[in-house]
Amino acid sequence: MTFARRIDLTVNGRPHRLEIAVHHTLLEVLRDDLGLTGTKECCLVGECGACTVLLDGISVDSCLVLAVEADGAEVTTVEGLAVDGRLHPLQEAFLATGAAQCGFCIPGQLVAATALLADDPQPTRAAVEEGIAGNLCRCGGYEQIIEAILGAAAVMAADGPAGGEADSVARGDPGR
Amino acid sequence: MRAFAYERPTDLDEAVALLAEHGPRARVLAGGTDLIIRLRDGSIRAEVVVDLKRIAELDGSIRDDGGRLSIGARTVMTAIGADPRIGRDFQALAEAAAVVGSTQIRNRATLAGNVCNASPAADTVPALLIHGADVVAVGPAGRRRIPSDEFFVRSGVTVLGPDELVCAIELPRPTIREGSVHVRRTRRRGHDLASVTLACVVGADGVTRLAYGSLGPRPLLVTDEDGLLADPAASDAAKMQRLAALFVGASPSARSMRAGPEYRLAMLHVLGLRAVREAIARLALRSGSR
Repeated sequence: MTFARRIDLTVNGRPHRLEIAVHHTLLEVLRDDLGLTGTKECCLVGECGACTVLLDGISVDSCLVLAVEADGAEVTTVEGLAVDGRLHPLQEAFLATGAAQCGFCIPGQLVAATALLADDPQPTRAAVEEGIAGNLCRCGGYEQIIEAILGAAAVMAADGPAGGEADSVARGDPGR
Repeated sequence: MRAFAYERPTDLDEAVALLAEHGPRARVLAGGTDLIIRLRDGSIRAEVVVDLKRIAELDGSIRDDGGRLSIGARTVMTAIGADPRIGRDFQALAEAAAVVGSTQIRNRATLAGNVCNASPAADTVPALLIHGADVVAVGPAGRRRIPSDEFFVRSGVTVLGPDELVCAIELPRPTIREGSVHVRRTRRRGHDLASVTLACVVGADGVTRLAYGSLGPRPLLVTDEDGLLADPAASDAAKMQRLAALFVGASPSARSMRAGPEYRLAMLHVLGLRAVREAIARLALRSGSR
C-alpha cells in the first residue's frame, strides 16, 4: 500500500519530479510544493472555479484532482499564460475592461476562458456565460469579465495565427 | 484531507482483487468530483482509494456494440454531451450530461460515477431510466447486467456489492422512432443542483415514459401505456390529470434542500407537461424527416 508516490508533472512547460503524499490534491502540490500561488484555494467543493487549471489542455477544478492522478500530465496554470513577459490577449483584455475588482477569482476566470476560446474561438455571449458558469466572482464583475473574453476573442481572431497561441496553451504544448 | 493509501491497477482483475481484499474500506475513484469532496469533509472514510484511470479495458470511449451503445466507466459528461450517436438516439441523456455541474466538473465527472454516487438529484439518472439503460458491473463472480431501474435503492445506496465496480453503462438502440427530452428546475442559471430533474420519451407506438429525481430517496420511472400523453390532440387538463396519477410516488422530504416539498411537487407537474409537449414535437420532427 502506498501513501507517498513519485510523480512526473510538467507545469507551464517545465518538467518536475516530485515526491508527494497521495492524499494531496493537485491544488496543494501546485501551491505548496511548487510555490505557484496564482491558482487559488477557495470553496474546495468544485463550486467556485478559483482553482481552475488546464490538465492536458482540459479545464478542471484542481481542488478535486489528486496530484497523483496528474502523474505524467501537462498542467497549465495562470502563471503559464504570459509568454516571455508578454501578457496573453485575455489578460490584456481583462486589464483594459477593468474585469478584475478584488482579483481573487481572476486566475480561474482567465484559465477557464483560455479553455473556452481554444474550443470555441468565436463564442456567442451565451457560450461565454456557460463557459464561465463554474467560476464565481463575489464582486459581481461578470459583465466586465464577459466583455473582456468577447474582446479577447475578437483580438485573437484579428491577429490571425497568433490566435493559435491560446490553442497551444490549452493543449499543454510543452514546446513553449 | 485524512490520509489514505492509493492503488492504481492496470487491469480489471487487479481492481476487482483489490476491492475483494479491502471490501468497504476501499473506495473507487473515477472522476473524483464527488469522492474527493466527501473524503475531504469526512463523510466518506477510505483506507484505500482505487483509481480506475490506468485500467486499459476501461478507456473513456463510447462503443457501438450490436444494437447497444456501451459507455465506458471512464467516459466523462463532456464526451457524452458531445457524442452525435447519443445526441441522435438518446437526446435526453445528451441534454442531462450537458447540465451536470460546470465545464470543469463535466470534464472530470463520469456517468458511471454519477450512477454509483446515487444522488436522488443526479441529472443523468432519469434519462438512463427512460432510455432503458443497463448498468454493467464486474466483481469476483464475473460480470452482471443490472437494469437501471433495479440499480438504485436510496440516496447513496445501490445494489452494487462492496467488491463490485461498474465497468460500463449500456443503452439499447431504439427500435421505433422516439422523441426525448431532459428538463430541470434549479434555483439559479448556471451551475446548480436540481430541485426537480425529469426526462421524458414519447415513442411512435404511443407509449410515454417519464422519470424524475429530487423528489424522494431515489429517481422513479413511470409509464403511460394507453397513448393519452403521447396524443397531440388530447387536452392539457386531461394530461395533467394523468400526470398526477403517474406522479403519485413522488415523496419530497420535508427537510429537503434547495426547495420546499410543495414547490417541488408543483414544479414536477409543470415540467412533466412541458417535457411531454417537447418530446411529442421532437417525435413529429423525426417523423417528418424520414
